[in-house]
Amino acid sequence: MLNYLIRRLLYMVPILFGVMFLTFVLFNVVNTPLQMAYRIRGPKASQQDINNWLQNHGYLDEKGNAIPTFLNVAVKRTPEFPWVRVKIGERPFDSLYFRSMKRFATFDLGTSFATDEPVSAMLKRGAIPSLCITLPAFVVGLFLAVGTSLLLVFVRDSLIDRWGTVLCVAGMSIPITVYVIFGQWMAANLFHYFPAFGFNLEGLTTLRFIALPVTIMILSGVGADVRMYRAIFLEEVRADYIRTAQAKGASHARVLLVHMLKNGAISLITLVVAALPFLIMGTLVLESFFGIPGLGNLMTNAITTSDFGVIQADVYLGSLLYLFGLLLTDLCYAAADPRIRLQ
Amino acid sequence: MPIWLQNLLVLAGCAAAVWLLWATLFTERSRRATARLRRDRVGLACAAVVGVFLLAGLSDCLLINARTSMLDAAFRNVPLEQGYSAPMSRVTFDERAPKPLKGFHLLGTDLLGKDVLLQTLKGCKTALIIGGLTTLLYLPVGALLGILGGYFRGWVDDVVQYLYSTLASIPGILLLVAVMMLLGKGLDRMAVALSLTAWIGLCRLVRGETFRQAARPYVDAARALGQSHPRIILFHILPNVMHLVVINAILGFSGLVLTETILSYLGVGAPVGTASWGLMIDSARMELSREPAVWWPLTAATGALFLLVLSLNLLGDSLRRAFDPKAA
Repeated sequence: MLNYLIRRLLYMVPILFGVMFLTFVLFNVVNTPLQMAYRIRGPKASQQDINNWLQNHGYLDEKGNAIPTFLNVAVKRTPEFPWVRVKIGERPFDSLYFRSMKRFATFDLGTSFATDEPVSAMLKRGAIPSLCITLPAFVVGLFLAVGTSLLLVFVRDSLIDRWGTVLCVAGMSIPITVYVIFGQWMAANLFHYFPAFGFNLEGLTTLRFIALPVTIMILSGVGADVRMYRAIFLEEVRADYIRTAQAKGASHARVLLVHMLKNGAISLITLVVAALPFLIMGTLVLESFFGIPGLGNLMTNAITTSDFGVIQADVYLGSLLYLFGLLLTDLCYAAADPRIRLQ
Repeated sequence: MPIWLQNLLVLAGCAAAVWLLWATLFTERSRRATARLRRDRVGLACAAVVGVFLLAGLSDCLLINARTSMLDAAFRNVPLEQGYSAPMSRVTFDERAPKPLKGFHLLGTDLLGKDVLLQTLKGCKTALIIGGLTTLLYLPVGALLGILGGYFRGWVDDVVQYLYSTLASIPGILLLVAVMMLLGKGLDRMAVALSLTAWIGLCRLVRGETFRQAARPYVDAARALGQSHPRIILFHILPNVMHLVVINAILGFSGLVLTETILSYLGVGAPVGTASWGLMIDSARMELSREPAVWWPLTAATGALFLLVLSLNLLGDSLRRAFDPKAA
């Protein structure tokens, strides 16, 4: 197992480097630090102001000189020497790229450009509210989706199956913003028990605040899940072992709920476990609509204030969580399916 | 660019898309799938609905002069009002002093007094531009990389796999938002940002199928006859994976339309003033909280979007079933 784990981890190293490179290019080359400075400080900011901002955020060194982007080398071409001459400056690797790699590798997420607060503190604050929404929605949604898809597979090729699938597709075809707007309107006008906005973390009142967002998250996601799980189970239902079990006289319910569910669960795991780490990221649309101070809301605020510090950290964190989910999936897969060899 | 050239380009693009669809779906090798598709009434109905949406979008892309498109010309008798008015109402939406309307509006008018039906139909064009441009950008890349990886294997495949697993490890919506923030608003930029992640799914799919196809005897036969790799890829493998590409494009289109609404909500989507369903839905947040609520722009935009996305999804499913009856 340890051998397997190490191999999977090593496999992720180049991908992680790729992600770090991509994030760096996005936020330092596509959009230069100078452009960012002007976007934060306003287009009419003075030269001094911009320089101060750049220096405070580590884009200028102590003497106020620009730090090179990738390597501290100067490339010169002269007419007499048509080949490239490279002049290496002192400390060639002291560049923005290597500095940011160092920060990424030590999980230093930097500071917010808008408030200068460390991003890690902001993330810590937002994780619990986000989980309050995503975790219940994930658990209930999973059971609901698996149950419904089993039901559809049980009555497969019938009218219920066909229209059930169409209903799922219909549910997928409504944008989440519409779900939220409609749900909020209902909460505000029809039943006044559930608040349409806000959040607090005091025992049972939290339930009242999360009821609506959680319901909406389940409703908006369940269609796609049911369809996917149904496809997985349908694949299993056609397998030979199902026919064997039926030939031996096992009841339909037993075949479906024991034989098939166990085998289907192996494919299910890949989908479900990979989604687990993302629960902490919260939801972009729901949280800002309902005023839940989670990570999704943090990101939405960062977008409206052009807070590239937070966005950059969020993108990097999301990729880390994705890779972590991939690792978890591999491990669970190996644990669930004895055919997967660990060596 | 002169107007006739613009119109010609739009028409040429449409003709190319139709030809691609035709050449993929109605060939000798897909005769059985086509026959199955003909019996699928739901699929045909969905294709018809999608066709209507495309025509509406197309009519707004074809210009008569610099300012008016064919769609505008069709609505030239519908006047501009002053602010909201309810569907089929004769007066403006004002409780205290309703003013008589200048014309008839089937779906009412919006804040600026524009006809909601016209705005909804114009949304087709925005959806078409986003979907079309993005597809144009990502389809060749995804299909080509997928085929190369699946056909040559070895280091080529490693590179392709590395590329897409790196991009896939950045959560799609975050990458999208980040890129949109960096590039700025605009439909063309949105297409670039969307295509950055859209090719991954297609590439995986095509790569897997190419693996399967490359192991089949016809590829060996082609090679034994001395055909070059590019020729085998273009004339033997590509036609056999093309149906996957088309199905993926159709399903992807629906996803792109839905993503546009999220981006518009986050304020990094279509520029303000564009007639897009996402912006119409976004402005409904304010409209519903008015008393009494202004519900018709939301209903119209959601209805149109829902109908298009639903039809695209069902059509994609029908095609998939027709080409691969085992994986229903």
